[in-house]
Amino acid sequence: MRKDKKTIFKRVAQVVISSLVALSIIGVLVFVTQGRDMPVLDTHGTIANQQRDLILLTFGLGLLVVIPVLVMLFSIAWRYRAGNKKAKYQPEFDGHLGLEALWWGIPCIIIIVLAIITYVSTHALDPYKSIESKTEALKVQVISLEWKWLFIYPDKGVATLNYLNIPEDTPIDMTITSDAPMNSFWVPALAGQVYSMTGMSTKLHLMADTVGSYKGTSANISGEGFADMRFTVNSMTSDNFSKWVIEAANSKNALSKDSYAQLAKQSKNDGEKTYMLMNNGLYNEIVMKYMSHQAADKPADTKIDTTETHQMDHMDHDMSGMDM
Amino acid sequence: MFESIQQIVFGRLTFEDFIHEPIMAGAGIGMVGALFAVIIGLTFFKKWKWLWHNWITALDPKKIGIMYLIVAAIMLFRGLADALLLRAQQATNGSAELLNSDHFQQIFSAHGSIMIFFVGMGVIFGIFNLIVPSQIGSRDVAFPFLNSVSFWLFAVGMILINMPMVVGEFSNAGWLAYPPLSGLEYNPGVGVDYWIWALQISGIGSLLSGINFFTTIIKMRAPGMTLMKMPIFTWSVLMSTSLIMFAFPILTVTLGLLALDRTLGMHFFTTMAGGNPMMYINLIWAWGHPEVYILVLPAFGIFSEVVATFSKKRIFGYTSMVIALVAIAFLSFTVWLHHFFTMGAGADVNTLFGIMTMVIAIPTGVKVFNWIFTMYRGRVDFKTPMLWFMGFIVTFTLGGLAGVMMSVPAVDFQFHNSLFLVAHFHTMIVGGVLFGAFAGFAYWFPKFTGFMLNERLGRYAFWFWIVGFLLAFVPLYILGFMGATRRLDHYDPSLGWQGLFIVAGIGVMLICVGVFFQLLQIVYSVIKRKENPAGSDPWDARTLEWATNSPPAEYVFATIPTVTTRDAFWEMKQTKKKPTEPEYEDIWLPKNSGAGIIIGLFVLIFSGAIVWHMWWLAVLGLLGAIVTTIIKLSDDEPDYKLTAAKIAKHELKLKLKLQEKTV
Amino acid sequence: MTRAEEEVVIHERKTLGFWIYLMTDCVLFAALFATFAVLKNATAGAHGGPELFDLPFVLIETIILLTSSFTIGMALLGSVRGYKKQTFIWLFVTFALGIVFLSMELYEFMVLISEGYGPQRSAFLSSYFTLVATHGIHIAIGLLWMAVVIVRLWRHNFKKTDINRLALLGLFWHFLDIIWIFIFSFVYLIGGMA
Repeated sequence: MRKDKKTIFKRVAQVVISSLVALSIIGVLVFVTQGRDMPVLDTHGTIANQQRDLILLTFGLGLLVVIPVLVMLFSIAWRYRAGNKKAKYQPEFDGHLGLEALWWGIPCIIIIVLAIITYVSTHALDPYKSIESKTEALKVQVISLEWKWLFIYPDKGVATLNYLNIPEDTPIDMTITSDAPMNSFWVPALAGQVYSMTGMSTKLHLMADTVGSYKGTSANISGEGFADMRFTVNSMTSDNFSKWVIEAANSKNALSKDSYAQLAKQSKNDGEKTYMLMNNGLYNEIVMKYMSHQAADKPADTKIDTTETHQMDHMDHDMSGMDM
Repeated sequence: MFESIQQIVFGRLTFEDFIHEPIMAGAGIGMVGALFAVIIGLTFFKKWKWLWHNWITALDPKKIGIMYLIVAAIMLFRGLADALLLRAQQATNGSAELLNSDHFQQIFSAHGSIMIFFVGMGVIFGIFNLIVPSQIGSRDVAFPFLNSVSFWLFAVGMILINMPMVVGEFSNAGWLAYPPLSGLEYNPGVGVDYWIWALQISGIGSLLSGINFFTTIIKMRAPGMTLMKMPIFTWSVLMSTSLIMFAFPILTVTLGLLALDRTLGMHFFTTMAGGNPMMYINLIWAWGHPEVYILVLPAFGIFSEVVATFSKKRIFGYTSMVIALVAIAFLSFTVWLHHFFTMGAGADVNTLFGIMTMVIAIPTGVKVFNWIFTMYRGRVDFKTPMLWFMGFIVTFTLGGLAGVMMSVPAVDFQFHNSLFLVAHFHTMIVGGVLFGAFAGFAYWFPKFTGFMLNERLGRYAFWFWIVGFLLAFVPLYILGFMGATRRLDHYDPSLGWQGLFIVAGIGVMLICVGVFFQLLQIVYSVIKRKENPAGSDPWDARTLEWATNSPPAEYVFATIPTVTTRDAFWEMKQTKKKPTEPEYEDIWLPKNSGAGIIIGLFVLIFSGAIVWHMWWLAVLGLLGAIVTTIIKLSDDEPDYKLTAAKIAKHELKLKLKLQEKTV
Repeated sequence: MTRAEEEVVIHERKTLGFWIYLMTDCVLFAALFATFAVLKNATAGAHGGPELFDLPFVLIETIILLTSSFTIGMALLGSVRGYKKQTFIWLFVTFALGIVFLSMELYEFMVLISEGYGPQRSAFLSSYFTLVATHGIHIAIGLLWMAVVIVRLWRHNFKKTDINRLALLGLFWHFLDIIWIFIFSFVYLIGGMA
């Protein structure tokens, strides 16, 4: 009898302690999460809004399987625990056609539903697809550098570093490339990300539906200064945007071929800068120089050039070493 | 003149390469110190001969398996130490100035590579070696010497990936080293070369092991064990090794081409002269996605054995389980593109790969239901392996949910390369592979040592692990929603991420406490081994490996059993056939061979020399490896005879010992 | 099972294992072929296959390698039937053909490199050299293996284990032949057409 009491006490203590642990974990998580900005859910762009809805929908569909699994797991484990001699024991019970058909079938149906959703959403939210709108789209060219973002407005004669001003409710047509290792252009509050790659031009379309400032970042490691590849997207009324464009076009900083070569060198924490665009074809030149048909011909980038020739010297030495 | 001679002899190695920052230097000195301590200890206790004869030259898969597990355990500590450093950096948001950006990047690259190649692959090959032969009623693997070579190549890879702590630097390009960042242009140092060769060498070892175990299962099953009578674990190994056979050659090629780019100046993945970095990403994931299943399928197999044994019941839906394994193995080759939906492949391609990815959830889901229903109408005994099983189902279904979400391309655009993704794959690999390995370890430990692990300490370890695991990764899911990307050594403090990073760091610490309890459990159980003898069948298990002695004799089975049904050993116990006085036969077992480690050392010289561009040394290493291989393969008498009389004597001795214990 | 019976089983096991190895090697070559297919037109402004390949020369290489596949088959037949002299003659012929093939390949490489079309020139050339040289390295390994087998057959007077080794070498050699036929068709014929 006494032993029974002791085990019951132990059980109760276990349950109390584990619930306390669980509650405190939840409490701590709520404490460190509450009030924080969640751009993936708290979206402000046409595309991101739809992506958020899709996230919630797929999550819900997934729960349709996960919840029954967890309920079954714990209820069956509890019912058929070794200590429960009342439960039926049937060691030869190793298959049931109906049950198995059920759990081949139900996931199949869910996946078919999800597949349809995938087909529709992937085409609807294809980053290459232009956004339909009465307002004319604004063209922006994005270049990831070591370690900063350069934005070119080819039709406005303006370029910016580490910030991007856009008019609200206007589709933005972005073409993205890199003059550095691969990066990924991501403004979670406005739209999902797309890679930026050398010699390639990827596309992304987005549209902000409110005025505000949103954080953007590179999502793909690109070297030492990767963590600092942050930028801000400011969505503003079209009046304010036009005013800003005029102001920026008169900026005393000019972005020419030469000043670009300076800018393209490795640097961190450059801050935000505004340029008057001198060379409209700059973006294409940057893409094309990697597709150059000159074999192993390096662009006029001093940093890369020196290391490269240095490497080659090494190689010659080493090769002669091998011959011996 | 002097400089060019120096360059010929030492390549690009200079004295400065030995100088490191404080933390790295500390780790390096610690490692070298530990190595010296081991060497001195071995000399002092005169154990060199013992080590050489019993372990280093052993071709016995039971011993090779244990060596794999030891290496994997040491690498788990290294990987965990890396994880602690990473989280410490992020929890303090870089303010403690523990690591600079470059060092931080080297550490996460090392953490990922080590955990997959030297912990994940290490534990699965360790368990293959220990379990597969005896579970199919065989004494050995198909090619015992090749098995030893595989192990030593694995060990060489392990040495190479740890060498940067002493000399040079490690890759800072992430665990899959995407070019152009990993190319010569942006990464001229030795770091990426270390990464390439560590993975290349251990990868070739894995490929050879895959061939070995596949052949073993096809050719060496006990008479009567048809394919559909094989235990599920063996089935999972068969599928895992077929994936190895198809996937690892692709890795060999991919790493080889990157090495050619970096060492001979070719243009496969460069940004110039027509090179194509995107091709690297395709190739590496054509290996990388199957790799995930190479690791997790054996874990599925382990859980299948564990849940059946501890429910005292047959596995539910055997045929479904086999079909699901085959389906997963096949499908794993059709989904690689989901790792880079964001590359701009176009909506149709993305849709196709998204749907293929979701389809994998079907067979995986079926397995989960079958495991749960194996407990149904069973008598479930919640020993430690079962706790790991329960933890696995919970984490794996939650991680799977995240995976299905990300398989929708439009959703993936918001989660790709975020901490949500990092949390997802850690949930799958830690919750799947590592929990599976721990379940298998607790389950099979008594078989290979002859004594039980302490249950109470095992339970403590489990609870610290699972709570630590949730604390370490749930914050990362939330951080993903906050727009936090992976691999950040510092972030904008105004975002308010620090609290979550601190919680995640505490989670890692709790996991470390869990690991401490696991160590304590082993040490305590070894000390108390006399009080907890295991006997040959402590769990009332179902498969053939339990029909042997604990620990099994060198020849495992004195006579090879004949199989008539699934769960062969359970059937033997049920029918209670009186064992007729067995007729022993002479058997041949492989002689020990030192050639495996010698080849390994030559390969180490070869690859280390290439990393440092010491060409003469590389040629010497390669020649040494080739000559050793030829000499060893020319040996026509690799086996020795164990006579029937000796076996009879040994079996009698074991029987008497057993009786002594029971009395 | 007697030891003799067991040795037969062990040889069967090795044969299966070797087949599986060959299949993994097939995957390896498949990856290299895929690489070549992707980079075939990435000539970076330099010459491509049609200008660089000397098809008649490669055709001779092909005929030599195909012949060597036949001669190693003859050697194998001889060894199984115990015709020692025949075995050695055919093996020497095979070895010689292998050496000629390898030398021709190296010569082809030297010419290309001396004309400035080394593997560093363009992505196309990188993939071409790597694919063909990987096959060449396999041939070199095969020749080394053949040399060892010849020495052993001679010294141990046609031991069963050495005949088994020769059988596996035969498999390897035929496999390399098949890979070469793919290289010849895809790299030289299709890649060499304008």
